[in-house]
Amino acid sequence: MARRRPWVNVLFLAPVVLAFVMVIIVPFVLGIYYSFTDFNGVRTTLTFVGLDNYRNMFRDPVFLHSFLLTLQYTVINIVLVNVVAFLLSLLVTSDTPGRNFLRAGFFVPNLIGGLVLGYIWQFVFNNVLLDLGRSLGIAALSRSLISDSGTVIWAMSFVNTWQYAGYIMMIYVAAIQGIPANLMEAASVDGANYPQRVWKILMPMMASAFTVTLFLTLTNSFKQYDLNVSLTNGGPAALFMGKPSKASQLLAMNIYNTAIASKRWGDGQARAVIFFLVLVLFSLVQVWMSKRKEVEM
Amino acid sequence: MIHATSLRKAKRLREGTSVSSKTVLASVGFVLFILFMLPFALVVINSAKERSEIMLSPVTLPANWAQLFTNITDVIQNPNFSFWSAFSDSVIITVVSLLIIVLFSSMGAWILVRNKTWWSTAVFMAFVAAMVIPFQVVMFPLVQWLRMLGGFLGIPLLRNYTGILFCYLGFGASLSVFIFHGFIKGVPLELEEAANIDGCSHAGTFFRIVLPLLQPTAITVMILNGIWIWNDYLLPLLVLGPNGDVQTLPLAVSAFAGAYVKQWERILTSALLAMLPIIILFLFAQRYIIKGMVEGSIK
Repeated sequence: MARRRPWVNVLFLAPVVLAFVMVIIVPFVLGIYYSFTDFNGVRTTLTFVGLDNYRNMFRDPVFLHSFLLTLQYTVINIVLVNVVAFLLSLLVTSDTPGRNFLRAGFFVPNLIGGLVLGYIWQFVFNNVLLDLGRSLGIAALSRSLISDSGTVIWAMSFVNTWQYAGYIMMIYVAAIQGIPANLMEAASVDGANYPQRVWKILMPMMASAFTVTLFLTLTNSFKQYDLNVSLTNGGPAALFMGKPSKASQLLAMNIYNTAIASKRWGDGQARAVIFFLVLVLFSLVQVWMSKRKEVEM
Repeated sequence: MIHATSLRKAKRLREGTSVSSKTVLASVGFVLFILFMLPFALVVINSAKERSEIMLSPVTLPANWAQLFTNITDVIQNPNFSFWSAFSDSVIITVVSLLIIVLFSSMGAWILVRNKTWWSTAVFMAFVAAMVIPFQVVMFPLVQWLRMLGGFLGIPLLRNYTGILFCYLGFGASLSVFIFHGFIKGVPLELEEAANIDGCSHAGTFFRIVLPLLQPTAITVMILNGIWIWNDYLLPLLVLGPNGDVQTLPLAVSAFAGAYVKQWERILTSALLAMLPIIILFLFAQRYIIKGMVEGSIK
């Protein structure tokens, strides 16, 4: 095109690139630098402390506990969310009466922020379930599931599944609708029963959808913060490696609390850098493994 | 296309499924639906009770539904919540962010598609690569950097609209540029050349020819970013501060729940008020919202 002018390129690209660089790239680079300093969020003259922040974090049982809890929480969620979402997607793509209504209903929790949902579920666990346990005489509900260090992670995963499964279900629904109906029908004529058809035909045909949903549930659980704050705020107290710790403090909350509540921004930043590296590593491994599976199928 | 296949499939399945299994499926669906909606029902029920009534039993229906309006009025007028100011701040921040994200991301994406050079590839790759960066790793330096930048420029960027809108443009850019980029690639170049020959300026070509074509993609971009921005908690917490002049709804709910620990009639009513706008929006734009969120994730 003869009329192309360089200044149009610059003018059109400048706002979005400027905001992107200022908000992500510069802080990202600064963050790596800060993680090697005694950065405390107030002082502007920083002292270089080498790898101290990184060494401190691996000596802190609370951090190590957070790390393991996050891994546990992520694995539980990946399984729970995807199994529930997949079963729901089978239900709402069958000829169930009112399936569109069901789809919308399952999707709704996902529209509301984790912060608000956390308060609602705190009420459910601490009041509603206790009341039900009392009136129905169920011993397992005599104590709140979120104030017991053994069950709190499971309770949080349950809420996360309730919130997220409807969204993942929609991705499965889109994939199922993209599969030609005559494939399932042909298998049916050949005598394959329903579970066989789902396992041998539907699921392999949906391989690329699984790559997406596993990635989404992995990153979403690993980065969980809002729900954690309002549902449990890290509690209850627990012992880890003989030291007092918190039974449901996930990594994102540990990072925030280290920097803001304890005013150790340098320490918090070093944890964030490790958090970033682990997340990228896990995501790459997951996508690589899923893609390999896709090819096999 | 999708509709055609699903309709055909539904028709075939309907012919093939017996009445009894249909009843089983319907009851399973119904029970699950009730279970999914139960927490919301509990919010509504208990927002219509006094505190003593909730303590007595959180599962019974309220004695007097009019208490719902008493609680709502009480929460809205409570200076610790300041519902209307939080609501309008949330609306302003979400709407203005979406407008600038759509406008500037589409402008940028168009330049990146229409210039096939080393720098356009590099910029595009940078946007895509940045999608893996979690907020946690940039959030502390961001606050420090905005403070320094604000001091240097003489424009405060913390605790006001300017800073947070700028942040949402930056954080929304990656995914939005990526989605627009994918769509603009399919817009025929001949269309733009024809406009050029007819005397349309280069910039004018974008606003008169390309931008109107982007409408469906813009809706997807707005839904994806809109749900995130409306519900976002951590970025406003850091950039606006927990007790600043500008407060979004999630910040207000969090402050309110912190001020009235265990006063559930208040906390649940504030949660109800915070949920209501988005649920109402969903009732009207359900199809677009589901489609937008699913499409955005698959890309």
